[in-house]
Amino acid sequence: MTLKPRPAPDLTHSRDPAVSFDSVGLRYGRGPEILSDLSFDLPSGSFHFLTGPSGAGKSSLLRLIYRARQPSRGLISLFGRDTALMPRDALPGLRRRIGVVFQDFRLLEHLSVFDNVALPLRVAGQPRTSYADDVADLLAWVGLGDRMHAHPASLSGGEQQRAAIARAVISRPELLIADEPTGNVDPAMARRLLRLLVELNRLGATVLIATHDITLVRSLAAPVLELADGRLVSQPRAA
Amino acid sequence: MSTPDKPRRPAALLPPDHARDRPLFAVAAILVFLASLAGFGAAGAWQAAEGWTAQLSSELTVQLIAEDARDADADALDAAAQIARLPGVLSATARSRADAEALLRPWLGGAGLPDDLPVPRLIAVRVDPDAPPAPGAIEALLRDNPYEVVVDDHARWEAAVQRTAGAVRYFALGLVAILALAAAAVIAFAARASLAARWDVAEALHLVGAPDRYVTGIFQRRFFFLGLKAGLAGAGLAALAGYGLAHGAGAAGAVFFLPVPALGWSAAAIAPGAALASALIAAGAARLAVTGELKARWP
Ligand SMILES: Nc1ncnc2c1ncn2[C@@H]1O[C@H](COP(=O)(O)OP(=O)(O)OP(=O)(O)O)[C@@H](O)[C@H]1O
Ligand SMILES: [Mg+2]
Repeated sequence: MTLKPRPAPDLTHSRDPAVSFDSVGLRYGRGPEILSDLSFDLPSGSFHFLTGPSGAGKSSLLRLIYRARQPSRGLISLFGRDTALMPRDALPGLRRRIGVVFQDFRLLEHLSVFDNVALPLRVAGQPRTSYADDVADLLAWVGLGDRMHAHPASLSGGEQQRAAIARAVISRPELLIADEPTGNVDPAMARRLLRLLVELNRLGATVLIATHDITLVRSLAAPVLELADGRLVSQPRAA
Repeated sequence: MSTPDKPRRPAALLPPDHARDRPLFAVAAILVFLASLAGFGAAGAWQAAEGWTAQLSSELTVQLIAEDARDADADALDAAAQIARLPGVLSATARSRADAEALLRPWLGGAGLPDDLPVPRLIAVRVDPDAPPAPGAIEALLRDNPYEVVVDDHARWEAAVQRTAGAVRYFALGLVAILALAAAAVIAFAARASLAARWDVAEALHLVGAPDRYVTGIFQRRFFFLGLKAGLAGAGLAALAGYGLAHGAGAAGAVFFLPVPALGWSAAAIAPGAALASALIAAGAARLAVTGELKARWP
């Protein structure tokens, strides 16, 4: 598999942790606080798992990172910048540095797998000729080489999941967040997909994977953030 | 790795939604149709009123009071000759007793007028509307003559005509404005509905780093073309209807105050204008609706 490295990152930025939480809390509307007092750093270039029982708040924590939600308490910094102070028009630039694999995939039904995966590049204004081969290569790697003109509705759950992963990594983001990226695939495909994420990490990306899958977590010697009832019960040493 | 059958063109990010678009197209086309008709009415009234007032201010009538002892026809010719020399007067034509009788015949019958009935003589005066003679100049000119004249410069009529024409113009323009507002409201509503139905698209674009203007642009373009198509259909139909009214039914044309030759020009300008305005209103309404929705959902 060939993920082309991006140009050497700016060192003033890369010294900052990619993600930094300081006493963060989150509640939905007037409901109870479902994440409390979270403080941790994801150093730039690190690889972490995020585990915890269903309902512990893993997806909610990821939502805070890609800023689909804002915390009700505390401070979140991305690439060294306080997200609360970021003007609204700085968000697209931030989002392009982050790849997200959603638990529910969020593929667009009216676009082919190819067009879905190419979406981040298309939005960034790249011409189709410049990325067509990369997209095709990546789809072949995730085993969708012969399905790239199919539409998501005609794919199995596992195939949709692989398309969602391909879309998240195609633009070689600096930070990759994956929510149960191997929940719908067999163990062999899970290992293959994990290798893709490890490869991305080796090229410099910071990776955070939320998962239930203990075998997946054990297959790598990567640090684990463990959530229970909205609090971190185990966390690696601060960077 | 070879990919022999890569699609050449990427699929549209916002696929057409015929079930939603058709009724909107119909409503927008009808509104543009009505607005164009009102626009023709306004243009027709404008041109007609201009014609009326130009005609009124370029004509005046001098009445010569006949007296038993005098030859009124000769006096009228004399007065006309003097008036014609006045600066600002283009022509002055005296009407003889025979002319006056011809005018009165419908009311008096063919028997003619009794010879001793004093019939006033009329002098039709055409003046240069841009440099007419000063008010009172004709009276002053003829004051020393042995006969008496009354000058009617139509000023009373002109004021009334101008008031009526103004009212018609502003009524038609108001109608155009109200219909344009209605179209904008309907299209803004439709744009919101379309965004709600395709929120997944806006969200996916947003999450992969598309700025608001990218998302807005997609909806804006979509509604621009929808508005343009609806506008062309509505304005085209209105142009046909206006043409039919003006040329087919002469009497119906008068209802719209449409001088027949004027309509061709106003229709030629108004129909494409209405189509373009419809496209711009649709694009603007969609833009406002989508921008508002994006800001509300992702503050
Ligand atoms: N949009 C929302 N509004 C209100 N409550 C929510 C919302 N999303 C999640 N929650 C609640 O927040 C808690 C944490 O949910 P979350 O989806 O983050 O858990 P999770 O760890 O990802 O679970 P799973 O492993 O099943 O995916 C749950 O109690 C859930 O009901
Ligand atoms: Mg979850």
